[in-house]
Amino acid sequence: MSDPILNVTGLNKSFGAVHVLHDIDFGVYAGEVTALVGDNGAGKSTLVKCFAGINAIDTGQMFWEGKPVTLSSPAVASSYGIEFVYQDLALADNLDITQNMFLGREITKGPFLADGEMEAKARETLSSLSVRTINSVRQLVSSLSGGQRQTVAIAKAVLWNGKVVFLDEPTAALGVAQTRQVLNLVRRLADHGIGVVLISHNMNDVMEVADRVAALYLGRVAAEVKKSETNTGQIVELITSGRSGTIGLPAATAVQSA
Amino acid sequence: MTADVSSAAAEFARRQQSPLQRIQHQLHGRPWLSPLFLLFVTFVAFFIATPTFLTANSMGILLQQTAVVAALAVGQTLVILTAGIDLSVGAVMVLSMMVMATLTKDGGMPGVLGLLIGVALAVGAGAINGLLVTRINLPPFIVTLGTLSIFTAIALLYSGGESIQQEHLPGLLNALGNDFGIGKFRLTWGIVVVIAIYAVMSFVLSQTAWGRYVYAVGDDAESARLSGVPSKRILLAVYTVAGLVYGIAAWILIGRAGAATPNAAPTANLDSITAVVIGGTSLFGGRGRLIGTLIGALIVQTFDFGLSQMGVNQQWRVLATGLLVIIAVAIDQWIRRVKA
Repeated sequence: MSDPILNVTGLNKSFGAVHVLHDIDFGVYAGEVTALVGDNGAGKSTLVKCFAGINAIDTGQMFWEGKPVTLSSPAVASSYGIEFVYQDLALADNLDITQNMFLGREITKGPFLADGEMEAKARETLSSLSVRTINSVRQLVSSLSGGQRQTVAIAKAVLWNGKVVFLDEPTAALGVAQTRQVLNLVRRLADHGIGVVLISHNMNDVMEVADRVAALYLGRVAAEVKKSETNTGQIVELITSGRSGTIGLPAATAVQSA
Repeated sequence: MTADVSSAAAEFARRQQSPLQRIQHQLHGRPWLSPLFLLFVTFVAFFIATPTFLTANSMGILLQQTAVVAALAVGQTLVILTAGIDLSVGAVMVLSMMVMATLTKDGGMPGVLGLLIGVALAVGAGAINGLLVTRINLPPFIVTLGTLSIFTAIALLYSGGESIQQEHLPGLLNALGNDFGIGKFRLTWGIVVVIAIYAVMSFVLSQTAWGRYVYAVGDDAESARLSGVPSKRILLAVYTVAGLVYGIAAWILIGRAGAATPNAAPTANLDSITAVVIGGTSLFGGRGRLIGTLIGALIVQTFDFGLSQMGVNQQWRVLATGLLVIIAVAIDQWIRRVKA
């Protein structure tokens, strides 16, 4: 097994008196899709925000390519190549695809925008991801379907040389065909050597696209398992009770946390 | 395979569009198309109705009348693009004008210095609006409603309610009212300055990262922030630049009116908003072009000027402007409902 590109050991996080994350060990591997699953309130978002540099961690150590790092702000996280695709996508409706992909990090020549160059790079990025669902990078985002928007948001992360990309429920609002397109895209990201974290409630998506699954239960990692060695039933048990057969949290811990 | 299916679906969706939907789509992408069409219709209508309308003389006067509102509307466009509104445009302009005139009256201060102080004051007034919006998080409507009264009161108190005629003012302050001929047209330097403001600001909005951020902030300030756009700084800059434009408008107004009058341009606020809205800029922010605003300002003035040439009573002209605004916003709402 290769070493993780990004990982954390012994992470604890409290908000005031509420101890939200307990002794978390979690790793992201280049070229693999790690699904982060858990019930509402299990701590998925809190954990993701720790990697985004939005939440400061109380104890624990993060490592980037094996070296200790402190992700103190979103800017620091993105300087390492950690990108986030949020659920509400953070796209500007009235700007076109190219403008959105470069928003906040425009290429300029002197004081002026280098639009042609940005357009070419946007097209290049989309075609490197084999995206065929978008006809023109000059289309306004307001005219795109949910799946196309998700595609643009993911391509934006790739454009910025994301080495690790966190995707927050990327298929939550999508129909069957569009879910398929986005899952294909998620797979291609990993095939490009990017470490992908897929936060999802959808077991079908997880079983289809993930290489490994980390299940959170009440702020603890119940188990991190390889997809090939698990099944939907086991993951659902891990999510709902923190343990399944011989794996998962010790019974005492699971009950005590509850 | 998947790609074939979806592109076939897109093709199907395109064919399903009615002609009306296709027009809607075009207008969504080019928000200045409908005002341009409206301006054209207005011109044709007045050309048929009044023989004196489309003459060089009339056109020159029309442009001179449009200059001040067109200048103010540049600042108003910037603010409205960020989903705000500026009710203090006229007040900032008049305050700036009264300060310029009072300081330089009868050689009290060199024209250049008075002009610079007046413009700097307008910049400061815009920055105050911007700080109240970004630091105290008050809605732009409330902030500028308040500063409208405050700036108006200061202008009246400072000037003692007295007008200052142009013969008491240095040549520089009157300079933008001076005219020159191009063929049969008589144009003022004020018109030239307005065109320059439009050219520069259009360029900034479309060709710089700052301009793009103005649109992004108006679209959704929070998602712009998540993308790394310094939303608050952009907002503050927008109000400050708007102040600068109002200061220049004050200079144009002195030349146009031939005097600095504390109760000048009473309809400046509404006229500037009307021009922006008719010009296709969405009051909800993030969508619109300065060229649309220029066309909008021309439409408002053309209506007023054409109707007055026809001998129509002032009240009917105001009524017509009101109808224009409502129709323009209704069209905007319809365009916003565009489907993919």
